Amino acid sequence: MNAPAQPPAAPPWTPRIVAFFCNWCTYTAADLAGVSRLKYAPNVRVIRLMCSGRVDPQFILEALRRGADGVLIGGCHPGDCHYVEGNYKMLRRFGLLQRMLADLGIPPARVRLEWISAAEGERVKAVINDMTRQLQALGPLDLPGKFADWDAEIADLAATLQTESAKEPEATHTWEPPKVLVQPQ
Amino acid sequence: MPRPKVAFYWCASCGGCEETVVDLAEDILGVVAQVDIVLWPVALDFKYHHLEALADGEIAVTFLNGAIRSTEQESMAQLLRRKSQLLVAYGACAHLGGIPGLANQFGREDILRSNYETAPTVVNEGKTRPQAVTEINGYRPHLPEQHQVVRTLDQVVDVDYFLPGCPPTPELTKAAVAAILSGNLPPKGSVLAPDTALCEACPRRATKPADVKFTEFRRPHRHLLDPQQCFLAQGVVCLGPATRSGCGVQCPGGNMPCTGCFGPTSRVRDQGAKILSSLGANVAGRTAEEIEPTLRGIPDPVGTFYRYALPASLLRRRVDIPHA
Amino acid sequence: MVSLKPEIRIGFYVCHCGHNIASMVDCADVAAYVGQLPGVVLARDYKYMCSDPGQELIQKDIAEFGLNRVVVASCSPLLHEHTFRAAVAAGGLNPFLFHMVNIREHASWVHTDRAAATAKAKVLARAAIRRAALARELPQRQIPINPGVLVVGGGIAGIHAALTLAEAGKHVWLIEREASIGGHMAKFDKTFPTLDCAACILTPKMSAVGAHPNITLWSHSDVVQVDGYVGNYTVKVRRRPRYVNEELCTGCQECIGNCIYKEPKFPDEFNEGLGKRKPIHIPFPQATPQVVLIDPQVCLNFKRGVLTDRCKKTCVEACGDRKAIDFTQKEETKEIQVGAIIVATGFKPFDVRRVPQYGYGTYPNVYTALEVERLVNASGPTAGEIVLRDGRRPSAIAIIHCVGSRDKKTNRWCSRVCCMYSMKLAHLLKEHSGAELYNFYIDIRAPGKGYEEFYDKLNEEGVHFIRGRVGEVTDWAMIPEEEGKLVIRVEDTLAGVVRRIPVDMVVLATGLEPHADAQAVRRLFNMSCGTEGFFLERHPKLAPVSTFTDGVYIAGCCQGPRDIPDTVAQAGAAAAEALALIDRGHILQEPNTAHVLADCSGCKSCLPLCPYTAIGFDEATHQAVINEALCKGCGTCVAACPSGSIGQHLFEDDEVFSEIEGLLTADPEPTPALAATP
Repeated sequence: MNAPAQPPAAPPWTPRIVAFFCNWCTYTAADLAGVSRLKYAPNVRVIRLMCSGRVDPQFILEALRRGADGVLIGGCHPGDCHYVEGNYKMLRRFGLLQRMLADLGIPPARVRLEWISAAEGERVKAVINDMTRQLQALGPLDLPGKFADWDAEIADLAATLQTESAKEPEATHTWEPPKVLVQPQ
Repeated sequence: MPRPKVAFYWCASCGGCEETVVDLAEDILGVVAQVDIVLWPVALDFKYHHLEALADGEIAVTFLNGAIRSTEQESMAQLLRRKSQLLVAYGACAHLGGIPGLANQFGREDILRSNYETAPTVVNEGKTRPQAVTEINGYRPHLPEQHQVVRTLDQVVDVDYFLPGCPPTPELTKAAVAAILSGNLPPKGSVLAPDTALCEACPRRATKPADVKFTEFRRPHRHLLDPQQCFLAQGVVCLGPATRSGCGVQCPGGNMPCTGCFGPTSRVRDQGAKILSSLGANVAGRTAEEIEPTLRGIPDPVGTFYRYALPASLLRRRVDIPHA
Repeated sequence: MVSLKPEIRIGFYVCHCGHNIASMVDCADVAAYVGQLPGVVLARDYKYMCSDPGQELIQKDIAEFGLNRVVVASCSPLLHEHTFRAAVAAGGLNPFLFHMVNIREHASWVHTDRAAATAKAKVLARAAIRRAALARELPQRQIPINPGVLVVGGGIAGIHAALTLAEAGKHVWLIEREASIGGHMAKFDKTFPTLDCAACILTPKMSAVGAHPNITLWSHSDVVQVDGYVGNYTVKVRRRPRYVNEELCTGCQECIGNCIYKEPKFPDEFNEGLGKRKPIHIPFPQATPQVVLIDPQVCLNFKRGVLTDRCKKTCVEACGDRKAIDFTQKEETKEIQVGAIIVATGFKPFDVRRVPQYGYGTYPNVYTALEVERLVNASGPTAGEIVLRDGRRPSAIAIIHCVGSRDKKTNRWCSRVCCMYSMKLAHLLKEHSGAELYNFYIDIRAPGKGYEEFYDKLNEEGVHFIRGRVGEVTDWAMIPEEEGKLVIRVEDTLAGVVRRIPVDMVVLATGLEPHADAQAVRRLFNMSCGTEGFFLERHPKLAPVSTFTDGVYIAGCCQGPRDIPDTVAQAGAAAAEALALIDRGHILQEPNTAHVLADCSGCKSCLPLCPYTAIGFDEATHQAVINEALCKGCGTCVAACPSGSIGQHLFEDDEVFSEIEGLLTADPEPTPALAATP
């Protein structure tokens, strides 16, 4: 497999965090942290979504699979959701997801859900610094590296295997089985 | 005009897929009349060298069922790929990893130890395990080696089409064979089943209210299930909303919820994550304390949401297993 | 590497923002890196992208290089996304083929290591490039705006905003919790620094509100529910019963004179409890509306049991044919439709009981500033005479500044008005009583027109200013001169000595706080609060009266402590913003709505998730249907659709996935060392 395999991270390694921040509270809080010139670790990369309810667990898994060492989800405090209760929906998924991730060997500290209001720029800083420290202590997750390790056992792989990134999503049309071909009675 | 050559092969599977071929019943005669079967270990005796003797691409189509889990399966998959114009991943195991794919929650060493040493039914005082090469009475039998990871067929070789299901239905199989024989084929990489979720075809569909909120997840073996009502409306986890249709709704027809063997639609990258997202979002409660008791009704999320699709999922397997 | 369709032609721009970005991010390096990414036709760095030349640059490049996607790396999209979308649209592209990268608030301003910040900017830009390649053209929907405006709170802010809007011909509903509008200003005696009589300048505005044909004034009422969205809010207002029909009451007050209680007996809220009122009363002489109300807590007619027959209903008798008094009046809920909302709910004075060392409640002659406002007022409980609670007249008065302000134990913020009103009260108290006045202050803050001059004037008048935070107020006398006095213990930080100053009266200059129910009000209107609890403006400099909810504006002290001129200016600004919104006639809806794909299986999993009931179920097709007019674009249903059959414009799954991939493919250079994390 030649695509997602990453060159071994040059020392010193530091964690990469993908964050999904809701537009109204946490993203705004991160803007406030900027306006207030608070300083925090450069390890987080923020994706803006309208609501924490939009955070599809697939996004979290995809981020981990692509090499994130941790995923941070930021939403409005309970009761404060701009969309009434999108944050509750994220919360409801989160417990189940954390349990599933634990069963798949990903410790809870790697995926974190935080409620940060638009006024809590300080909290953005504190959470990012704290998470960076925690992940630093946990060490790399490096799933692309793990995939490459796992697939080393497949002989002749590069010659035959579709590479991960060349593999586009499946064709998206519907194929209905031709009905006429069903055996007549 | 020579009849097209067809091969059937099985890797890590239970044999159920082979049953489907047999379940074609009289129709199989029609198929046999039109094709020349060059490999079908479950029914007919062929040797590797027969296969190796064929020219590359000489087989029109190979239906391969089962996940790829051993060196033998891997090399057969590669051999068949080379010899075949079309390679069809047949059934849930070849398509998604299937039930054998659940082994991706464990390391190879754990599995071997359990199966050959610690399982309650095992008597093996010498703790003997399968050996790649052994010496018995002057013979040196070779056994394939087990991989660390269970793989879908397309994680090992290039696959042209996928026929989903545990097992695929005879109807889908016939339709696929006919389509291949007639050349009436969708784009490469397609799953040969409808791209809509199962609910579309489910006779219980109309019984689902618009406002289902989960306060409890009920497990099928502990409750007498209503034979008409939507399982989700009964608080029973049903993967129908996250699973392709095309199966003929057989499990709900037998009063059991869908467990997801047809895999996700083309629009979903991770079947388990999606059903988790849907069920989770619809749980009642606003605090972790209120939500958690309901979620405990799903004691094994990996086994429930990835029953057939763990190797095809985004994470593929438990990620912290040391190689051994 | 994603394979890009050959027709994708992306233009990339990285903004220096003067030094704001360029000092911490190597902009030229970012442009050079992005320039070699697939699909990127050109990559430039420029000093100010949001300037006219910056925007023209984009438009020129669209024409010259046939760009069909534009990515700008600059500040937060919450600040300038609109600007650049407009620029891209002016260049002839669909505005949603634009994507913005935040490398200022999220990179240059928050990091200290230039290499790390530059690397992060590259990664963010790369992700945006991948995402932009998948951007779709989208139509922009126009939604008509209801021209009515709701103003919540009838203090000077609400009054001024309501009048401004009404004068512009808009219909205004002004909702006030108390029985009369006027707010805190109505209680003040004079206003600093001009010493205008507060009532003299406020009363005409109150009357104008009461008489204006475009203003519906509902006092004694609360907003209980707000639904809808910018331009189309549906508001439920609870009108509490005053047991007097507003339409019929003429404000003659004969009923009050004829109440069974001959003398006022109950603490008078308007006079801060220093005076008394009857069960049937009018809050103050200039109250608007000029309608009495009955306090059912104390009115005998409402007291069930033995006392009931003692009330002869003399008020009803006095009212006579007007028949305005209605003991059966019930609470009503009214529903109104408005396009914009101005929240002007004001403040609450700091509760001085939280600083027990100042003796309020223990020593009767310790007053709050608001009490003193009533005490010095000619229409107040003592008709302007400075008579203490114990009947004495003070010969020395202390005013303690910063009570509940600039104090880590209570509130950290400066309440902005206390220095000035303390000096005003000093002047008035001196004028009314001839007493010696002592101000105990931390710093004198007098930044305003004529304010510093007012301070000078007070100094000339012989008012004493002692710099130091008062330790305590005590009645423990150490020398005969202190007997019977309140002693101020303070470190005079200018003289460098601890002093004891005996006085007769202490005035606590209370700070301004958010209302106790500010959080509930905030939720009602879907606003945010700052950490201290005041409502949060959209931008501290550039959008000071807007909130994060479109169509909801804030004015006055609910946003933070301020004086009357600033409040009025802010109320005018809020009214102008509301007018600008309404007179546009329509709003452009952000096209981030969800949409059902053809392959919906009809599983109904999404239906209970929508808080706006935007998702319906079509029984004919057995599929979910999204009403895009009701959808607000949270995307919760999209994330929860188990078969991936709901998309969200601007936030499609493939767009987010490509952004994730862009963030994480091998970094352009070794990940820089973790910068010092303070």
